[in-house]
Amino acid sequence: MIDELPAAILRGPDLSDFRISKRYRFERRFRLLGLSAIGLALVILVILLFSIVYKGQSAFWQTYIAIDVNLESVSTAQLNKVNFRALSRNAIGSSFPNVKSRQDKKQLYKLFSNGIEYEVQNFILKNKSLIGSSLRIWVKASADIDMLRKDFIDRNVKQSNRRISNKQLEYYDALDREKRIEKRFNVTFFTSADSREPEQAGILGALVGSILTLMVTLLLAFPIGVGAAIYLEEFAKKSRWSDIIEVNINNLAAVPSIVFGLLGLAVLLNWFGMPRSAPIAGGVVLALMTLPTIIISSRSAIKAVPPSIREAAFGMGASPFQTVIHHVLPLAMPGMLTGAIIGMAQALGETAPLLMMGMVAFIVDVPGSLTDAATVLPVQIFLWADAPERAFVERTSAAIMVLLAFLITMNLLAIILRKKFERRW
Amino acid sequence: MLFLAVLSATYYFGRRYALSSVNHPRELHSLPSYHGFYVAAWFALPAVLAFGLWSAIEPIILDSLLLEAINSAPLLSGTTPDLLLNEIHSLAFNLFALKSATPEKLFLVARFLELKSIGANCQIAVVFGLGATGVLFAKRKLSPTLRARQTVENIFTWLLILCSVIAVLTTIGIVLSLLFESIRFFNKVTPTEFLFGLHWSPQTALRSDQIGASGAFGAVPIFAGTLLITVIAMAVSIPIGLLSAVYMAEYASPNFRNWVKPVLEILAGVPTVVYGFFAALTVAPLIRGFGESIGLNVASESALAAGLVMGVMIIPFISSLSDDIINAVPQSLRDGAYAMGATRSETIIQVVLPAALPGIVGSVLLAVSRAIGETMIVVMAAGLAAKLTANPLEAVTTVTVQIVTLLVGDQEFDSPKTLAAFALGLVLFVITLILNIVALVVVRKYREKYD
Repeated sequence: MIDELPAAILRGPDLSDFRISKRYRFERRFRLLGLSAIGLALVILVILLFSIVYKGQSAFWQTYIAIDVNLESVSTAQLNKVNFRALSRNAIGSSFPNVKSRQDKKQLYKLFSNGIEYEVQNFILKNKSLIGSSLRIWVKASADIDMLRKDFIDRNVKQSNRRISNKQLEYYDALDREKRIEKRFNVTFFTSADSREPEQAGILGALVGSILTLMVTLLLAFPIGVGAAIYLEEFAKKSRWSDIIEVNINNLAAVPSIVFGLLGLAVLLNWFGMPRSAPIAGGVVLALMTLPTIIISSRSAIKAVPPSIREAAFGMGASPFQTVIHHVLPLAMPGMLTGAIIGMAQALGETAPLLMMGMVAFIVDVPGSLTDAATVLPVQIFLWADAPERAFVERTSAAIMVLLAFLITMNLLAIILRKKFERRW
Repeated sequence: MLFLAVLSATYYFGRRYALSSVNHPRELHSLPSYHGFYVAAWFALPAVLAFGLWSAIEPIILDSLLLEAINSAPLLSGTTPDLLLNEIHSLAFNLFALKSATPEKLFLVARFLELKSIGANCQIAVVFGLGATGVLFAKRKLSPTLRARQTVENIFTWLLILCSVIAVLTTIGIVLSLLFESIRFFNKVTPTEFLFGLHWSPQTALRSDQIGASGAFGAVPIFAGTLLITVIAMAVSIPIGLLSAVYMAEYASPNFRNWVKPVLEILAGVPTVVYGFFAALTVAPLIRGFGESIGLNVASESALAAGLVMGVMIIPFISSLSDDIINAVPQSLRDGAYAMGATRSETIIQVVLPAALPGIVGSVLLAVSRAIGETMIVVMAAGLAAKLTANPLEAVTTVTVQIVTLLVGDQEFDSPKTLAAFALGLVLFVITLILNIVALVVVRKYREKYD
């Protein structure tokens, strides 16, 4: 019998120093491996954030060029008849009296944003007292000049491979020598909506769209989610029906977000005829999507309220409903709010279902109501990421920074709320 | 707004009325506020019901009235009444197009808007009228002995049930809408061709003589592309996620855990569109540059870039799920192994991980379903052309990418191209559903084993 035993048992444990040191070496290596996995994940996170900040910080600055506008011939009474386009072009031309040919002038004008006439107009309308004199106004440079200023365009490349011609470089250098080019804080980025011209594009439209959409989402998802959680935790009898609802909610939480987009497209837009691209339709879809998150977190918040509270309320003669409304709900509220904020953060970063709802349209106006066509911050990021101009890359990164700032604020709020109201029973 | 004002007015009326009918609140059966809610409910329920019904019926009545107007008006040449109806609907909301409309149409649009405003006024009248009737009815029932609390609580319970049913309705809505559109799709393209066809080019041409006019709907290349990217993502996230979970659960000090875990969770909180941007503009050029430097031909939208970044996105998902599961392994198993002289790593590899295996498999399945359903990363970083290949350096497309490209922009709801997106959506939904159910069952079984 004895020779049928495995060889290892016959040999007995190997207690040699060599084997033990080998085992300990493996132990150290294994531990290091685990630590390096965490380290790798953290390094990737840092690279991700760093690459975005690195690419995006320059978008907060915009290159401006000073032009001398001659307002001697303009009279206050006839302001609405002034041709600001001609006025601003003359101002550009006056700095370069030698540029005569049409083609050269065209190239010269291209140094500037094509919206400068409105900038000049706004400046003059704001400073009417200066009319009648000649004054220096700082206007936006075109996106290409902006990129040149920020060293994203290489001067040493052949002219045909460069977005700026040699002539334009000459003009640029001339302006630079006179100290008429400088970078200023990019206010436009925060005060205007999307535009085809990078230097005139901003995130305000998308930001307002996001806020409107999230408002709809919160108003729908929070009451419904809390209601469903109260019913399931406090009133539902354990039955087949409550089981179905429970399994259903768990599954709904794992359905890919794009499927919610398909639902919204087929049901909300095609059957109910909701307006396309509108925050109200997008908000409803996001509400359906965040509903499971809110229900699950609200349920655990209600569960955390100890039964003794309920029993005390019953003992005082409160009805089950009064118990819930007067005692359980207020005690569970911080937990529910935390869940709601996390759900909202999720909804804020969601893109795919909104693509289905037609919120990818190019919209130059800041939306004013729930039924206006709008876009949201992540979709704006998606649109800009697709744009070919170099100047949109830094704007995309900057928009991501704004989005991340919002998300971090919301999550911090949730953490603070939890820390502040967390109660151990 | 008006509705809310009237609602609170009825509440105060009910409360006041109840209080004034007795000498002392104690004589009431229910608290005065319940009387208030009672009256308010009798106002709100009929009003909301009327509002809903009216909103559902109004367009039908409006259309029939408008059709009458169309038929009685001098007939516009070349259009059928139905088409005209649609045109007027769209004209009424589009001021820009309205400027170029013909006078006959303008007349009809004006008529339509007039009818609509009459309808809106009637709606308000009916809603508030019914509400008022409800209030009058409730007032007659108000008495000190009225069991207002029971009624009000019943109503609220039904409202709560309604809330929880909405989740079920959403699922039903998803299933029905996907099925409905998919059946329409399968009327034009057979399911076998869709599921087993090897060629995918959904662009149907405008004219029948153009190349690729028929449009091919064999989805195998798409499924293969999805699989390829998912496999790459898993190859990144399973080792890193699992190893970090093991370290977190077995080695890390509580202090380390408290700090590092939330930081890792940030990876899960970053919106996917940000990952997409990162994949398309940072990772993809890097891989391309590296590949070219060692003489490989790498597509700029390679599956590798999308898969790697997707793997990073899923790391915290796997690590936090596995962390919970490893923590749930009873300490007695570890103690037993230590008593036999095993080192920590031996305990983990030979005792803890095998014990936790079902749970880990469950978490991996959940992660796979997450990877399959992920949209933005692949939309931004993977290709559009459906190619049947296993080479991670080539561009492939995925189910979600195709859904997005087929449906974004203008679409007509009768072409197989649009409907194909719903069929793909159905496949996606079914696969993720199966994965989730299997994962939940596995995890639940595992929990029961140690509880």
